[in-house]
Amino acid sequence: MIILANIMSATIIFAIPLLVVALGGMFSERSGTINIALEGIMIIGALFSCLYLNSVSVSGWGAANPLLAMFFAILIAGLSGLIFSLLLALASVSLKADQTIGGTALNMFAPAFAIVLTWAIQGQGQTTIIIPTWVRISQSIFGLTPSKTPGFLETFFFKDFFLTTPIVLLLLAITVFVIYKTKFGLRLRSCGEHPQAADSVGINVYALRYTGVAISGCLGGIGGLAFTVAAGSGFQSTVAGYGFFALAVMIFGNWKPMRIFGAALFFALFKVIGSYSASLPFLPSFTGIKNSDYIYQMLPYIVTMVVLVFTSKKSRAPKAEGIPYDKSTR
Amino acid sequence: MMTKIRKFIQSPGAASFLASVASICIGLIFGYILLAFINPSMSLYGLGKILFAGASTTEKFAKVLYQAAPLMLTGLSVGFAFKTGLFNIGASGQYTMGAFFALYAGIILKSPWWVALLAAMLGGAIWGAFPGVCKALFNVNEVITSIMFNWIGLFAVNLTLSNIPLILDRVSANRTVNLAAVNKSAMIPKWGLDTLFGSSFMNISILITAAAAILMFIILNKTTFGYELKACGFNRNASIYAGINAKRNIVLSMVISGALAGLGGGIYYLSGTAQFTIVKSILAMGFNGIPVALLATSNPVGIIFSSLFVSYIQVGGEAMQPEFAKEVIDIIISVIIYLAAFSLLLKGLINRLLTWQNTKRDKVFAAGSTSVGDGQQNPQVGAATANKSESDGVTK
Repeated sequence: MIILANIMSATIIFAIPLLVVALGGMFSERSGTINIALEGIMIIGALFSCLYLNSVSVSGWGAANPLLAMFFAILIAGLSGLIFSLLLALASVSLKADQTIGGTALNMFAPAFAIVLTWAIQGQGQTTIIIPTWVRISQSIFGLTPSKTPGFLETFFFKDFFLTTPIVLLLLAITVFVIYKTKFGLRLRSCGEHPQAADSVGINVYALRYTGVAISGCLGGIGGLAFTVAAGSGFQSTVAGYGFFALAVMIFGNWKPMRIFGAALFFALFKVIGSYSASLPFLPSFTGIKNSDYIYQMLPYIVTMVVLVFTSKKSRAPKAEGIPYDKSTR
Repeated sequence: MMTKIRKFIQSPGAASFLASVASICIGLIFGYILLAFINPSMSLYGLGKILFAGASTTEKFAKVLYQAAPLMLTGLSVGFAFKTGLFNIGASGQYTMGAFFALYAGIILKSPWWVALLAAMLGGAIWGAFPGVCKALFNVNEVITSIMFNWIGLFAVNLTLSNIPLILDRVSANRTVNLAAVNKSAMIPKWGLDTLFGSSFMNISILITAAAAILMFIILNKTTFGYELKACGFNRNASIYAGINAKRNIVLSMVISGALAGLGGGIYYLSGTAQFTIVKSILAMGFNGIPVALLATSNPVGIIFSSLFVSYIQVGGEAMQPEFAKEVIDIIISVIIYLAAFSLLLKGLINRLLTWQNTKRDKVFAAGSTSVGDGQQNPQVGAATANKSESDGVTK
């Protein structure tokens, strides 16, 4: 039972960054801009929020107010991601450049910039920004005392509980509401489907695309922080390809928020099975094969591929995504 | 003579070349500012290393060529797929597969180097075929498939390598055995270039890759097949309407693209100076092909130069360690790529500058007699600028 709780808790903690980044990607693509820069945006968000966490940890204020400090860290992650993503919007919306070019440039810039900045701040060769331990929400915040042998519920809730988890779930609910129930959501979607038509009824396509990319930057930045706290080893100027996985999750989720949630959980579950394979008794262990854990590490990618092959015939990307909008084509 | 030069400058190729040069200069200036920001007293030293370290000795230059070869091939791989409208972000996986096939052929099957290179192409082609088939038959976005297959390829190679004891080094089991010790014939020949450059890194790989680039240029620009591929890239529906089999072309384009990346992997690891190491993160060489291709706007001949340039400043970046992190180079490259997004703007600017000079000249000529060539040239350019400013006026 404890193993099950462990798996469930790990699944959620890994699904959270995928979910929020994929939702970000969805906002951008629904407005008509392919955001391949999510990986870079995640790194920038993680970089600045981790630097912030580190600095308040040194001053001692963070340990005294862990929830507040983490909340500010999430804001900083979102804000830095947003500002960074505006570079993409500038290139692909205003300058009408090929959207993969700007995205690739940002993806290349972010990790290099993170390494250079970490070196400059922490000294030569110090490539890891350590995340303070108080970031994890412990039982004591709720006035509970950790038990010596944690039960199912305690393991499930408190093994890896970070403020990012409830906030991202809240963001999911807000996203569903915004996309489907508000005027803004309708307009955003129309810009991704048929910007000419949207423009003809007086919608400012450029402004909406900027907003879409900016929201994706904000969510991507938060995702970067969520990934870093989940990975647990500090920030090492990388998010291990999660920005790209999030793109896969978004396509797998067919550009719809709730389906993206399901896809993120699905992908995270297989990812967790992959990394916990040695400690799971019910899995075949392939004793004759050396390093057989690679088989399980391949699993999430293979399963995703199989699912995509069977579902993509029906998948419907926003029709105008990837095409810079030019008013003269109206 | 003057008309010839001006015609050349006004051609679209020259405009994009000038735009690229401008982007490179701005990128380098940005890099210098960054260096000055990190460590002002050493910044000039750092810039000097970036600009000149690659050409300081023949040995360093050999290193530039050595690293440029696989970079050129992954760049060609990405660029070739771009021409068909596909974004092959999976060059890394194809590169890994190519490296594995080449090493298997070279170490286990004891085949000569050219057979091992063919095996590398086969491995890359197989790995490129998956995204192509998934895209053509099942409508799966090739970006996602290639990313997935990057990781599947890496883990599959790691798994297979760990289970072939003969291919691994006896001392450290997480890397392949030194090629020179087991099968010298599988090493890419040096043709005396190593003594010429005084570097063991030097072999004929740069010649092979340059030949591949020129071959790609011929295929894309001089054959029906290349024309069909490009037609698919410009407008898939129109090409289908014109009777081109788009699905077949998508698969073939990815297969060729994969074969190029695979060849890159083969060429790098058959040099005898690099040993494949089992790592947990995908190899950067495939990703570096993307900026190389973008910098050259996917033109195969341009890719020869852009890969040399990227490799050159990377060698410079390594030389400026430990004063500066070599990642400064990545920042410079990314700025250059980002400016490529502005290339349309830059091109417009360059064109406007030239036409402005033209009109000035015209006024001078109008007073006397005008040459026929100029008379024909100018209205066109003038019309082009008029169009441009008109569309600018509408969009803003």
